[in-house]
Amino acid sequence: MAAASGLSGWLHRMTDSDVWWSFKSSPMTVAAAVATVLIIAVAFLSPLLAPHTPFDPVTLNLSDGLKPPVLVSPDGEWAFPLGTDDQGRDILSSIMYGTRLSLVVSLAAVAVAMVIGISLGLISGYFGGTIDAVIMRVADVQLTFPAILVALLIDGVVRGLISVKRHDEIAIFVVVGAIGLSFWVSYARTVRGSVMVERNKEYVQAARVIGLSPLLIMVRHVLPNVTGPVLVIATLNLGLAIITEATLSFLGVGLPSTEPSLGTLIRLGNEVLQSGDWWITVFPGVTLAVLVLAVNLLGDWLRDALNPKLR
Amino acid sequence: MASPSNNPPLLEVKNLRVEFPTRRGTLLAVDDVSFDIAPGEVLGVVGESGAGKSLTGNAIIGLLEPPGRIAGGEIRLEGRRIDNLPYEEMRKVRGARIGAIFQDPLTSLNPLYSIGRQLIETIQTHLPLSAAEARTRALDLLKEVGIPGAETRIDHYPHQFSGGMRQRVVIALALCAGPRLIVADEPTTALDVSIQAQIIALLKRLCREHGTAVMLVTHDMGVIAETADRVAVMYAGRIAEVGPVRDVVKHAKHPYTKGLMGSIPSLGVRTERLTQIDGAMPRLTEIPKGCAFNPRCTERGARCLVERPDLMAAGTSRAACWLHDRGGVGAPILKETVDA
Amino acid sequence: MPDGSTGQFVRISGLKRYFDVSAPWLVRMIESRPRQIVQAVDGIDIEIAKGETFSLVGESGCGKSTVARLVVGLYPPTAGTIEFDGNDMAGRHSRADMAALRRRMQMIFQDPYASLNPRWRVFDIIAEPIRAFGLSTDKADLQKRVEDLLRQVKLTPADGRKFPHEFSGGQRQRVSIARALASQPEFLVCDEPTSALDVSVQAQILNLMVDLQRRFGLTYLFISHNLAVVYHISTRVGVMYLGRLVEVAPTETLFTRPKHPYTRMLLDTIPDLDMTGRQRAPVGGEVPSPINPPSGCTFHPRCPFANDRCKAERPMPIAIEGGTVACHAIEEGRLPVEERTYVANS
Repeated sequence: MAAASGLSGWLHRMTDSDVWWSFKSSPMTVAAAVATVLIIAVAFLSPLLAPHTPFDPVTLNLSDGLKPPVLVSPDGEWAFPLGTDDQGRDILSSIMYGTRLSLVVSLAAVAVAMVIGISLGLISGYFGGTIDAVIMRVADVQLTFPAILVALLIDGVVRGLISVKRHDEIAIFVVVGAIGLSFWVSYARTVRGSVMVERNKEYVQAARVIGLSPLLIMVRHVLPNVTGPVLVIATLNLGLAIITEATLSFLGVGLPSTEPSLGTLIRLGNEVLQSGDWWITVFPGVTLAVLVLAVNLLGDWLRDALNPKLR
Repeated sequence: MASPSNNPPLLEVKNLRVEFPTRRGTLLAVDDVSFDIAPGEVLGVVGESGAGKSLTGNAIIGLLEPPGRIAGGEIRLEGRRIDNLPYEEMRKVRGARIGAIFQDPLTSLNPLYSIGRQLIETIQTHLPLSAAEARTRALDLLKEVGIPGAETRIDHYPHQFSGGMRQRVVIALALCAGPRLIVADEPTTALDVSIQAQIIALLKRLCREHGTAVMLVTHDMGVIAETADRVAVMYAGRIAEVGPVRDVVKHAKHPYTKGLMGSIPSLGVRTERLTQIDGAMPRLTEIPKGCAFNPRCTERGARCLVERPDLMAAGTSRAACWLHDRGGVGAPILKETVDA
Repeated sequence: MPDGSTGQFVRISGLKRYFDVSAPWLVRMIESRPRQIVQAVDGIDIEIAKGETFSLVGESGCGKSTVARLVVGLYPPTAGTIEFDGNDMAGRHSRADMAALRRRMQMIFQDPYASLNPRWRVFDIIAEPIRAFGLSTDKADLQKRVEDLLRQVKLTPADGRKFPHEFSGGQRQRVSIARALASQPEFLVCDEPTSALDVSVQAQILNLMVDLQRRFGLTYLFISHNLAVVYHISTRVGVMYLGRLVEVAPTETLFTRPKHPYTRMLLDTIPDLDMTGRQRAPVGGEVPSPINPPSGCTFHPRCPFANDRCKAERPMPIAIEGGTVACHAIEEGRLPVEERTYVANS
C-alpha cells in the first residue's frame, strides 16, 4: 500500500477534515456527543461503577423498599441516592444496568438491520431488474406497517411457537430480531439509491473495463462510497431502536422484569405511580429521554455535515 | 475603449472584491476588479474555471451565494450604486434594469408553471400592464426570440421544450422589462454546437435592436470572438488583460492571454503539438506573491516575483504585466532559483 | 497514414445498440403506452488501423459515447460484431483469453471528477489494473511500475500518496490516463477526454496523448464533439448523426472537402477565432428524438437538399475520396463537393 502514515496520520486527517470542523463549531453537537459518550461509558462500566447489583436477589432487603431519593426527602438514604423500588432495589443501579441492556439490544438491532438492508440494497441497486423490483415491493409493503407493529407481530409469532419460560430466556434475541427486521428498509432504499448513482459513475465503469467481477466492484468500489448516508441512518436509527425497545418492554412484550431494560423499569414504576412513588418511573424515563435526544442530535448533525449540498 | 468616451458608462465596477470566509481563512475570489460597460456594448469576460468570472457576474446581479460576499469596491448602474441595496430593492433592479441568463436554462425556469405564466408575472412585476396586455407582450417576446408557434407554446411547461428552446425562453424572460444590461453567464455551454450558433446569433440581434448592453461571461473564446466588442481576460481573481476583442485575440499583450489563444486548436494548420501553458491556475489558497501568473510565465523577471502589476496601457488594450511598464520585468531569472 | 483497407486492427461491423426506455410493465399496461426503444447506435461500420487515431464526432445524443462503451464491452451489442486484432469480442473465449484481450484495450473517461474513486489513493487507483491482470509479481515491482506511470504522465511518484480531491481537473485526467496505460494496452478508447477541461489544460492533455501515442505505438478511438480538437488529433474522422455514421474521411479531406450536408453544417458552427468576419450560419432545427427517428435519411428534416427519396429510403455508405458518405444527394450528383479553406490563427 502507498502510505505508511499510520495512526498519527489518520488522526491528523480526521482533525483536519471538514466534518471535524463542523463538529467543533456546533456546541449543541459537542454537548450531545459528550452526553452520549458519558451515558454509554457509565452503562457499560456499570458492573464496576454501580453501588448495588439490583437483580441479584441475594443482595436485596425488603426493609430498604420504597425509599425516596435523597435530595427530595429526609427519608432517603445515601446508599440509595435515587431511591429504591418496592423490592428494595437501588434505582440508580437499576438504571445503569438497564441502560446497558437497552444499548446492547439497540446496537445489535441496528447491526442486524444494517446487514440485511445493505446487502439487499447493494443487490437491488447493482443488478436492478426483477430482483430489484421484488426486493423493493417487499420493502414497500413493510413500510406500510409501523415498525412497532412489525416488531409486535414478530414477537407475537415467536411467543406462539415456544413456551413462556423458554421465551424469557431468548427474549433478548427476539427483540433484537424484531427491531432489526423492522428497520432494514431504510438502509436498503438508501443504499440502493446510492448504488444506482455510483454504479453509473465512470470510476465503476473503469473497474468494469478492467474486468473485475460485480462482487469485487461492489465491495471495493461502491460500498465505501455509500457509507456516509448509511452512517447517518444508523445514528438516527439507534435513537429509534432505543425507543422501540423501550416501547416493547413497556408494553410487556420486550425484555422480562428479571432482566429489565429502561423500558421495563418505566413499566414497573408506572404500575406503582398511582401511590405517589414517582421516582421509580421518572428517573429511568429521564435517562431514556436524554439518551435518545443526544443520539438524535448527533444523527441530525451528521446528516447535515455529510450532505455536500449544505456544506 | 470601443465606445466614445464622453458617453457615461452604463455599468461601472470599481475595485470590486469578493471574498469567501472559510475555516482556513478568508479567500479572496475576486481581487480588485474594475471595468465598465457602455450602453449597448457587449463585454466578454473570459477565463478558466475558478478565475472569478462568474462571481463577478453574480456580484453585479446581487446573487452571490453565501458565504460569499462583496468585501469592497463599488458597482454603479447608470450612476446609481447597486452593490449595497437591500434585497427587495435589488430584486426590482434585477428584473427591471438588469436581466440575467444562466448556463442551465432549467434552473432559471420554474417547472411547475407554464412559461406564459412566468413571463406574464415577471412583466407585471416590473411594468404597469393589465393581464391581457402582459400576455400580448409575452407573446411578442416569444416570437422575437424565435419560438415557433408561440400562441400554443406559451401555455406549455418548461419540460416540454428542448434545451435550445428553453434557453430562448430564458432570454425572453430576461428581456421582459426591457433591461439596459443583461448578464449572461455561460449561456451556450450546456447546448450543442449547432444550437450554440443559433443562440449567439439571437443574442447579438436582440442587443443590436434594443440597444441592450451585455456582460457575456464564458470560458469559450470562440463565443467571445464572435459576439463581444471588448473582452476582459480574468486570471486568479484579477483582470489580466482588457481591450477590444480583435486586439486581444490577434495581438494579445499578456503572456497568459497569448498562451490561452495558442492553446486553442485552430483549423488551418495542423501542428504536431499545441502551444501549452504548463501547470494550472493556482487555488485561491495558494496564490503566489507578485504576479499571480509568474510560476507559469515564460517571460517573467525578478520584479514579477515580488511586485503585483496593475492594469497598464499596452497598445489599444490594457494588461496587468510588467512587460508593458517602463521598468520592465526586472532581471531575468533561472528556473532553478525559483523552484528551490 | 495507413491506407484504409488492409491490416485492420479494430473492425466494427453492423454494430447496433438499442435501449429499452419504456415505462415499467405495470404502468404500460394501465396507461396502455407502447414500448419505447432508443436506437442509440443503428448499424455502423468502422475499421481502425494500428497506430492511427480514429475520431467520432457528433452532437449529444448521436450515439458516439455508446459506440465507445460497446467497443470496450461495457454494453453488449444488440447486433453486429466487434473484432479486435482478429478476435471477435463476443466469441467464445476462455476466462484467461478474455482477460488477455481486455488487458490490451482500455478507456479514458470524460469527467475527471467521476472517473477516479474518491476513497482511493492515486497509487491504488493506478495499481488496480496491474493487480487485476496479475502483471506484477511483487511489491517492489508494483511500486516501480506505478512510479514509472506517474512519471509518464508528468506527475511525481509522491503524488501516488494523495487522494483524487487533492488534484486539479487536468492532473486527475493524467491519473486517469496513467490508469489506462497501467495494463500496457495497445488500443485506447477516449470518450471526450478533454471536454471537461479548460483550454490551456486541454492543450496539455492533448499534447500528452500525442506523445504517449508515439512512445507506445497506441491506437486511439477518440470521441469528441469539438471539431477543432478532432482536426488537431485525428488521422481519420467519422461523423455520426442519430446513431448512424453519415461520413468517414481522412481528416484533411473531411475539413477541406466535406461531402455530407450534416458535416458541412457542423463545420459552419465552428467559432471563428480568426476574425475573418465569417458569420456562423445558424442551422435551423434541432436533433430529433432517437426514439422516433425520421424515416429514410434521418437528417432529411434539417437538410436543405432533401427530396422525396431522402424521406423514404435510408442512404447507404458509398466510397468516395478515401472515405465513405451516406447521402443520396452526393450519390446522385445533385450536391457538388465544396472546397473550404482556413486561415491559420496567428
